[in-house]
Amino acid sequence: MKKASIIMIIGSLLLLGLFKFPLWNIMLGAPQYPDPLGMNIYIDGIKGVSEFDLQNIDGLNHYIGMKTIPKADEMWEFSMFPKVIFGMAMLGVIIGLLGYFGKVSYKYFLGWFLFMSVLGILGMYDFNNWLVDYGGNLDPHAIIKVTNPDGTPMSYKPPLIGFKKLLNFDVTSLPHTGGYLMFVGMSLTLVAFWLGRKTSLNKKT
Amino acid sequence: MKNLLTSSIAMFVILLGFTSCNNGNKSGSKSGALASNIAEKVYVAPGEYDSHYAFLSGGYSGNVTVYGLPSGRMFKEIPVFSQFPTSGYGYSEETKPMLNTSYGFIPWGDAHHPDISQSKGELDGRWLFINENNTPRIARLSLTTFETEEIIEVPNSAGNHSSSFVTENTEYVVAGTRFSVPIPQRDMPIKDYKGNFQGALSFISVAPETGNMDIKFQVLMPGFNYDLSHPGRGKSHGWFFFTTYNTEEANTLLEVNASQNDKDFIAAINWKKIEEYVNNGGGTMMPANYAHNVYDEHTHTATSTMKKEVRVVNPIEVPGAVYFIPTPKSPHGCDVDPSGEYIVGNGKLSANLTVHSFTKMLDAIENKKFAGEAYGIPILNFEDVLAGVVEQPGLGPLHTEFDGKGNAYTTFFISSEVVKWKLGTWEVVDRKPTYYSVGHLTIPGGNSGKPQGKYMFAMNKITKDRYLPTGPEMEHSAQLYDISGDKMELLLDFPTHGEPHYAAAMEAGIIKAQSQKIYKLADNKHPYAAKSDADTKVVRDGKNVHIYLTTIRSHFSPDNIEGIKVGDKVYFHVTNLEQDFDVPHGFAVIGQNNSELLVMPGQTKTSVWEPKQVGVWPFYCTDFCSALHQEMQGYVRVSAANSDTPIKWSLGEDIE
Ligand SMILES: [Cu+2]
Repeated sequence: MKKASIIMIIGSLLLLGLFKFPLWNIMLGAPQYPDPLGMNIYIDGIKGVSEFDLQNIDGLNHYIGMKTIPKADEMWEFSMFPKVIFGMAMLGVIIGLLGYFGKVSYKYFLGWFLFMSVLGILGMYDFNNWLVDYGGNLDPHAIIKVTNPDGTPMSYKPPLIGFKKLLNFDVTSLPHTGGYLMFVGMSLTLVAFWLGRKTSLNKKT
Repeated sequence: MKNLLTSSIAMFVILLGFTSCNNGNKSGSKSGALASNIAEKVYVAPGEYDSHYAFLSGGYSGNVTVYGLPSGRMFKEIPVFSQFPTSGYGYSEETKPMLNTSYGFIPWGDAHHPDISQSKGELDGRWLFINENNTPRIARLSLTTFETEEIIEVPNSAGNHSSSFVTENTEYVVAGTRFSVPIPQRDMPIKDYKGNFQGALSFISVAPETGNMDIKFQVLMPGFNYDLSHPGRGKSHGWFFFTTYNTEEANTLLEVNASQNDKDFIAAINWKKIEEYVNNGGGTMMPANYAHNVYDEHTHTATSTMKKEVRVVNPIEVPGAVYFIPTPKSPHGCDVDPSGEYIVGNGKLSANLTVHSFTKMLDAIENKKFAGEAYGIPILNFEDVLAGVVEQPGLGPLHTEFDGKGNAYTTFFISSEVVKWKLGTWEVVDRKPTYYSVGHLTIPGGNSGKPQGKYMFAMNKITKDRYLPTGPEMEHSAQLYDISGDKMELLLDFPTHGEPHYAAAMEAGIIKAQSQKIYKLADNKHPYAAKSDADTKVVRDGKNVHIYLTTIRSHFSPDNIEGIKVGDKVYFHVTNLEQDFDVPHGFAVIGQNNSELLVMPGQTKTSVWEPKQVGVWPFYCTDFCSALHQEMQGYVRVSAANSDTPIKWSLGEDIE
C-alpha cells in the first residue's frame, strides 16, 4: 500500500506540469506557410508557437470573419482551470499521504481518478464548444464567405483531436507536453489503485 | 603618332585572332555543356535551396546582386550607392542621408569589389564590404538584413579602386586610390603631376562588434596608380599588397605613356607597423571633409555626419613599413594565396605571370638587398623576391583565385579564358575558354585562408550570342565551372546585372541561419512610427504636415485624410504593422515626385509629397500583399492654399 500511495502522489503531482507546459497544440500549415503557424493552449491562456503566430493567425482569420483568439482575461476558463488543476493535484497528494499512513483505502485512488476524468471530460466538452463557436460563429460582414456544397456556411472549427483540412490549411490538433504529463499522471493513479487493490487482496488471502 | 597607329592596328589584329579562335573552340564545348549530367549539377529542384550565396557587384548600377549557386538564380538586388525606386532607398527621408557626400547628394555610384568579413582567416558571414570607385566610398552591408548599414567617404582619394578587401580578422578594410591627385586638392597645372601628386591608401578600422568603420590612417604614397590589392594572410598577416601602374607618373595618353616601364611595382605595406606608429601618436591630422553615414536599424533612419580631419602618414617616416616589389608589366590583379606565401602580380601586358614569395621578400628586407629607392621607399630586387613564373599562360592576365588544394586560377582578358595552374611548380594544368572577355573570377571563400573550392565563376564583360539578343546592349554574363575535379567543367551561363567586377561568395549555411525575417515592431524607435491604429494621426506644423500612417492586410489607417493644402509639404510616415515574414506593404500617392516606398514588417519609412493642385487624390499599396490588395487604398483631400478646411482623418467611418 505504501508503494501504491507513493505512485498516487507522483501521479497527482504530474498534473502540475500543466503550469509549465501546454496542454494542447494546434498547428496550421499551408504551402504559403512553410513554417506552420501554431498555437499552444495552456491552462491559463493561449500563446503562439512562434512569437507572432497569434497575430498572424488572427490576420488570416479576419478574412473569413473569425473572432480573434481570446486573451487570457477574455475567458473564465483561463482563471478557473489553474485553480481546478492545482486543487486536484493537492487533493491527490493528500489522498496519497492518507493512504500512506493507512488512513484511507485504495478505493479513494479510484475515486480521485473518476472525479478527475469527469472534470477532464467536462473540460474537453467546454474546449470543443469553444472551438465550435470560434470556427462557426462568424462575422456576418466577413470579407470572404465560403459555403458547403449544401449551401450552409462553412465552419472553420479546428479538429478537437487529430487532423483536418480547412480550406488550404492542414490543421493538426494534438495534446502537448503538459497534456501528456496529465495523462501519464492520471494513469499512474489508476496503477496506484490497482497496486493498492492487489496488496490488499494479498493480505486477505 | 604613326607608331601609335601601327601598334593599335597590330593590337586589333591580335584581338581578331583571339575572337575567331574562341569561335572555333565553341561548338565543341557547347555539346559538352548540353550533356544531361551537367544540367543536373546546376538543377535545384522546386523548394530546394542553393548551396552557396554569391554577392556580385553591380558596377555602374551602384548596387550588389545576390545570386544562388549552382542555379545562377538572382535572389535580390541590394541598393548601396544608388537610388533605388523599388524600395525607396535614397528617396525616402530615412535613407537620403546614406547618399550624402562632401560633394552633396550623389544618387549614383560605381561599385566594384565586394568582400565578406572574416574571423581567423575564415568567412564569418556577418558583413559585406564594397567600394565605390567614382566618389570614393566604402559601404558595409549587413548579411543579416541584407541592407546597407554604413557608408564612409574616403578623402584625398580618387577612383577608389584597390578596395574593399578585409584583413583576416576584419581589423581593416582598405580603400586604395587608383588615381593620384594633389593632396590636399589645389589649383595647379596638370603637366606638373610628376612628383606633386600623391596616392592615398586608406586603412579603415572595423569595430569588432558593430562593424562601424573609421578611417584610422592614410598612407600618402608616391603619385602612381594603385590598381588592386589583397591582404596578407597566415604568415603574411599584417601586410597588405597593392599593384601599381603608371610608375612613369605620366599625365596624358596613359595607354601609351604608362606602359613604358618594363616593370611597375607591387607596394608591400606592413600595416601592423604603421598601426603601432599611429597608436603611439605618429602621423599628422590633416584637415579634410568627408561624410560618414550610418543607418540605425531601430530608428530605421540614417544619419550623415561630416568629418573634418583625417590622420595621414608619410611612409618614409615609418622605416621598414613600405617596400616596392618590381612586377612586370602594368600589373592589375594582386592576389595572395591561402597560405599567405605567394603574391601573384598579374602583369596585364606581360606574357608571363609573376609570382612573388613572401618569405623571400622578408629575407631580402632583412639583408637590406635593395635595388634602389623611389621617393625614399626601398625597391627590392625582382630576382630576390621572385617565387616563380608561369610561362606563357595566356594573354592579358587579370585576376587570380585559389581553390585551397594548391591550384590557382587566372583570368586572361585578351585571350578570354581561365587558366588553372599549380602553385610551386608553376605549370599550367588546365584551361577553359570564357565567352567573352573575362574580368574577375570568384571561388567561394576566395579571399580567405580557407577557399571553398567546389565552384568557380568567371564574370564576362561581353555576352554576344550567348543569350537571346536584347538590342545593342546585353547584360553581362557569368559562367559557372565545377572545379572539384582535375579539369574545370563549364556548368552554366547566367546573366548578371550592371557590370559585375568582382564577387564574394560562400557556403549558404551561416548566412541562411542568421537571416532576419522581420523587424520587431516593439523595437521600432522611429520618431514618427505609429505602432498601432491608436497611434495614427495627422499633425500640422506650419506648412509641414506629418501623417502617421499604418498598413496591415488590407488597409491603410487612416484612409481618409482632409485638411491638406496646396503648398504644404506632406510627410507620409508609413509604419507596416505586419509581423510576418516577407509581407511588405507599398505606398504611392499620385503626383509623388520621388518614388514609392516599400515598407518591411515592423518598419517605418517616410515619403515627402508636395501637392500642387486642389482635389481628392488617391494613395495605394504598391506591393500585392493579400487577396484584398486592390482594396488597399485611401484618399487625401487637398484644398486651396487659403482655405480653412480643418485637418481630419478617419478609417471605417463616414466623414460628416
Ligand atoms: Cu498592401
